[in-house]
Amino acid sequence: MAKIDIDHVFKTYAGGAQAVRDVSISIRDGEFIVLVGPSGCGKSTLLRMVAGLEEISAGEVRIGGRLVNNVEPAERDIAMVFQNYALYPHMSVRQNLAYGLKNRGTPKPEIEARVAEAARMLELEPYLDRKPRALSGGQRQRVAMGRAIVRHPAAFLFDEPLSNLDAKLRVTMRGEIKRLQRRLGTTSLYVTHDQLEAMTLADRLVVLNKGEIEQIGTPLEIYHEPASTFVASFIGSPAMNLLQGRSTENGFAIGPDLWRLATGPLDDAAITIGFRPEDVTFTRDMRAGPEFLLDYVEELGAQKLVHGTVGGQAVSATATAEFQPQESMRLTVPEHRIFLFSTATGKRLRTPITPMQPAGDFSPVKA
Amino acid sequence: MKRAQFSSSLLPYLFLAPQLAVIFIFFYWPSAEAIRSSFFLEDPFGFGSTFVGFQNYIDTLTSPEYLGIAAFTALFTVLVTFFSLAAGLLLAVKADKVIRGSSAYKTLLISVYAIAPPVAGLIGMMFFDQHIGPFVRLAALFGWEMKVGLNYWDTTFAMVFVAVWKQIPYNFIFFLSGLQSIPASVLEAAVIDCRNGLRRFWTVLAPLLTPTAFFLLIINFTYALFDTFGVIDVMVKDKAANNPITLTYKVYMDGFRGNDLGGSSAQSVILMVVVLVLTVFQFRFLERRVHYG
Amino acid sequence: MYRTNFRDHLVLIIGSLMMLLPVVVAFTTSTHEAADIHMNGLTLVPGDHFAETYETVLTRQGGFTGKVTGLTMLGNSLILGLGFAIGKIVLSMLAAYAIVYFRFRAATAMFWIIFTTLLLPLEVRILPSYEVMHKLGLINTYTGLIVPLLASATGTFFFRQFFKSVPDELLEAARIDGAGPFKFFIDILVPLSRTMIAAMFIIMFVYGWNQYLWPMLMTNDEGFYTLVRGIKQILIVWVGSQIPDYNEAFAMAVLAMLPPVALVVIFQNWFIKGLTESDK
Repeated sequence: MAKIDIDHVFKTYAGGAQAVRDVSISIRDGEFIVLVGPSGCGKSTLLRMVAGLEEISAGEVRIGGRLVNNVEPAERDIAMVFQNYALYPHMSVRQNLAYGLKNRGTPKPEIEARVAEAARMLELEPYLDRKPRALSGGQRQRVAMGRAIVRHPAAFLFDEPLSNLDAKLRVTMRGEIKRLQRRLGTTSLYVTHDQLEAMTLADRLVVLNKGEIEQIGTPLEIYHEPASTFVASFIGSPAMNLLQGRSTENGFAIGPDLWRLATGPLDDAAITIGFRPEDVTFTRDMRAGPEFLLDYVEELGAQKLVHGTVGGQAVSATATAEFQPQESMRLTVPEHRIFLFSTATGKRLRTPITPMQPAGDFSPVKA
Repeated sequence: MKRAQFSSSLLPYLFLAPQLAVIFIFFYWPSAEAIRSSFFLEDPFGFGSTFVGFQNYIDTLTSPEYLGIAAFTALFTVLVTFFSLAAGLLLAVKADKVIRGSSAYKTLLISVYAIAPPVAGLIGMMFFDQHIGPFVRLAALFGWEMKVGLNYWDTTFAMVFVAVWKQIPYNFIFFLSGLQSIPASVLEAAVIDCRNGLRRFWTVLAPLLTPTAFFLLIINFTYALFDTFGVIDVMVKDKAANNPITLTYKVYMDGFRGNDLGGSSAQSVILMVVVLVLTVFQFRFLERRVHYG
Repeated sequence: MYRTNFRDHLVLIIGSLMMLLPVVVAFTTSTHEAADIHMNGLTLVPGDHFAETYETVLTRQGGFTGKVTGLTMLGNSLILGLGFAIGKIVLSMLAAYAIVYFRFRAATAMFWIIFTTLLLPLEVRILPSYEVMHKLGLINTYTGLIVPLLASATGTFFFRQFFKSVPDELLEAARIDGAGPFKFFIDILVPLSRTMIAAMFIIMFVYGWNQYLWPMLMTNDEGFYTLVRGIKQILIVWVGSQIPDYNEAFAMAVLAMLPPVALVVIFQNWFIKGLTESDK
């Protein structure tokens, strides 16, 4: 068990391209941190630098207080779970689990005890003498987990460990990883591009974009207080609606429409207005909000997903199963559920009208 | 290259050392020696050598004998390549089509691959033997008095025959594996689009097989040029005088029988250039016209 | 999808017969007496002199020096085949390992130095090679017979292709598991390459066994003759004899082709895999 400090870390390649730029994260002992972002955002590179598989161009990484920049991966006291599992195909499950311990000169009885313990925890006992190719995807995933567990490392590093599984198994394994991590209390760094996986697993999320940190926070903080349009659009499903507009005396001009809001004029004239689909309600009250032109409705069973446009820009909204399309619908959103961003920088604007809503009374996604 | 590598300054050289040592002593040194001695005239009695510039090359390339052998080599190469590719392709297409017994055919057809060229030559020689050869008897039925070893063209026929026989399994293996790597869905689409089997072969299968065929073309050239040495050596039995031989065989004859070191070296270098040209041709010229699925 | 038709089978049967009949005839004829063959020609009917002929070929001392037997030649062929195959696999695995798995300054240069050897076959440099061997005093030695044949990159190329197809994560996992360059090679890469090694072994054994030109140059001491090399000797002895020993010649041919043919037929799946993957 250990804390991990990532301090002003850069990754610069030979050509000058920067994969990671000035990233600092301080991970507490036993914390589950998820690095999330689109592909190419540098999340895997960052993880691999912590693992020691990638050289650190600048900055420092400390595991348990020890500077590890020039320490071999095997000496860093970490264990890693790979996307393709990287099981040794010619070794049985038992040998796969034992290999790392054997290389460290762990005494035989100790190895056996730890392998047995991991196998029991992951319900791998019946498969110990099988080769990886005789296992299903989920079982291989477990073996990869087991290989990490037996080592009792200071930290687990996960590199998209669930993306080779089918959707159903992914949900099951997600729960299992969370349970296991809670039980072992091992500091974990987890990379994924799947925002739902990130939300459900993380104690804290780190949203990365183009090699830089966009925001760090608990899943609810990130969901309720996105720091930028990037985070707002990346976290949450269906994605937050983002409409380009201008700030005026009476509200926001979105295309020909005017959305009356009590914000008053802002310094930034070009703003992006953001609101989540689940915060939208429809009304026929002409003064309530801008006009919503319906495109089509997707049936999700318990809910409906309504797609249309406001001022020529796409908007989606969740609606109850009873929703019926009507003529000349108006769209409303509670004012405290509206986020304002600078269109130029994408950063969140301090909006005078929206008193901070304490998280808790409205939590769409349970961690 | 790999994303993950060890970085060690000494170890890779340690691992490379044995291979490099062998290559330098037995490849680069002799090759350099060949180039060097191609510019010298060796004294027949072993008293040193004189630098003669390009004279060895000029002598070689203007000798009617050499040019005759070069022409024969070209003919031999084209014949062997064409017939062994055609037979290999035909058998592979058929073997790919049959379901029942296809693995038995495969086994039967590839076994000859492992026979050494001189052994193939020996067997071939028996079949074309003046006294006991069944092929000679067969030819006699058609009024063809075959005299392999005596008649230039009869010997050529026998040599090509044996060389092709020995090479068919190789081409068969590659064409078959090329055919089997074509996705079933493509074949099914072709069956729906085109009723005529022959037309389907030329419009769908053949283009997809061109990478294989092209690779084999070069391999067969090299085979006919170099690997047929054993076949030729056995069939002409050191009596090269009236018999057809290839350039490679001539290098050997001049070097070891005629003791013409300079001339033989010049011929070696000329062959090296031919091989290099073939290789460059392979990478630069033909590859562009080939479909890679 | 396709209906198998009679014509396809006919072509295949004719093809198979064309390929195999000469081999079968070589064997059946070898079981007859020389005079019998001289009179009746080649035959498909087995004769009754099998034991006799093969015993003679294997044990009778022959050649000019009168000391070489078929068994000696068989032994030499085995030494050449095994020595070449094993040497090739060891050298090329090590070299390919260095090229694929290490980051070092001269990597590209090394790659080209090694792979240039693919361009020029031994046949174009036989005379200078002979001179070099002569200078090194390697004529009539097993070293001289085997080692120079290793000076080509075919095996290295093959293993390089295979190593490149091994997922990167395996090395990373092994490094995290505490394996260094040697451990990774021995514990992971070699066991992982078992099939490839088997395939390479078959191809290289056949290649070594079938060598003809090189042994012909490198050995004039008959004690070093291989079976394939011995073929030439039979032919030289023939010149001037009344009734050539057809039976013994065929028996030699059968002995010379039996081991490689058996190897290829028995392990054909490995062999085909090795062949088609190394050259593409």
